Amino acid sequence: MSPRAAARLESLGFEQVYDYVAGKADWGSSGLPLEGAEGSETRAGAHVRTDVPNCRLEDGLQEVCERLDESGWDTCFVLDERGVVLGRIGRRAIRGREDVPAETAMTPGPSTIRPSARLRDVVERMQRQNLTSLPVTTSDGTFVGLLTRGDAKGRSANSRSENAGSNARTHASKI
Amino acid sequence: MPIPIDRERVHQLMSEGAQVVEVLPRAEYEDEHLPGAINIPLKELDRERVRGLERGRPVVVYCYDHQ
Repeated sequence: MSPRAAARLESLGFEQVYDYVAGKADWGSSGLPLEGAEGSETRAGAHVRTDVPNCRLEDGLQEVCERLDESGWDTCFVLDERGVVLGRIGRRAIRGREDVPAETAMTPGPSTIRPSARLRDVVERMQRQNLTSLPVTTSDGTFVGLLTRGDAKGRSANSRSENAGSNARTHASKI
Repeated sequence: MPIPIDRERVHQLMSEGAQVVEVLPRAEYEDEHLPGAINIPLKELDRERVRGLERGRPVVVYCYDHQ
């Protein structure tokens, strides 16, 4: 649609016309803000926890365990040098294996969502698949943060005004 | 000829004062749009509707995605 609009603008005498061909899907999935009734506040990207620990493939599990203890989270994401998500490690996968690298213990290729995902859709998916959290990445796989089911559910309910007394923080366990 | 651009170039043009136009229908624009974008649906894109645009400034158009 935008190429035709750009061509039409040129036909109307505009000389500096640019076509952002990837459009607002690309904009939103990269975590950039959107305005409007379904703007950023109703999207996953606005409600992610960014204090979740991360590590590299070669980091030892002892080090990962220390980061979990310091942060209070029970999950750690394995990222490459560009911040792309390679895997996820839960605390249970570490027990008794402190001497091996993160790569050995991680669950590779965890499911992710984009920052532009609608909260109500995410909540529905989490409930259907019995997920307690989902990592949020940009369209190129770069880690943005973790969206917990409690946060998503609370914000989604608040945005629909279905549960005025809901408080997202009460659900915000560090999973 | 219109110039296809990526997200980084959009950022740059926005910072330079480009006019950003979403060409999707009004309801979709009202749901979500790029910061500062105005809405001129493709089906309404005519001489009358573009009067509000300045011809001396760059114009960036976009829709939802590549389709």
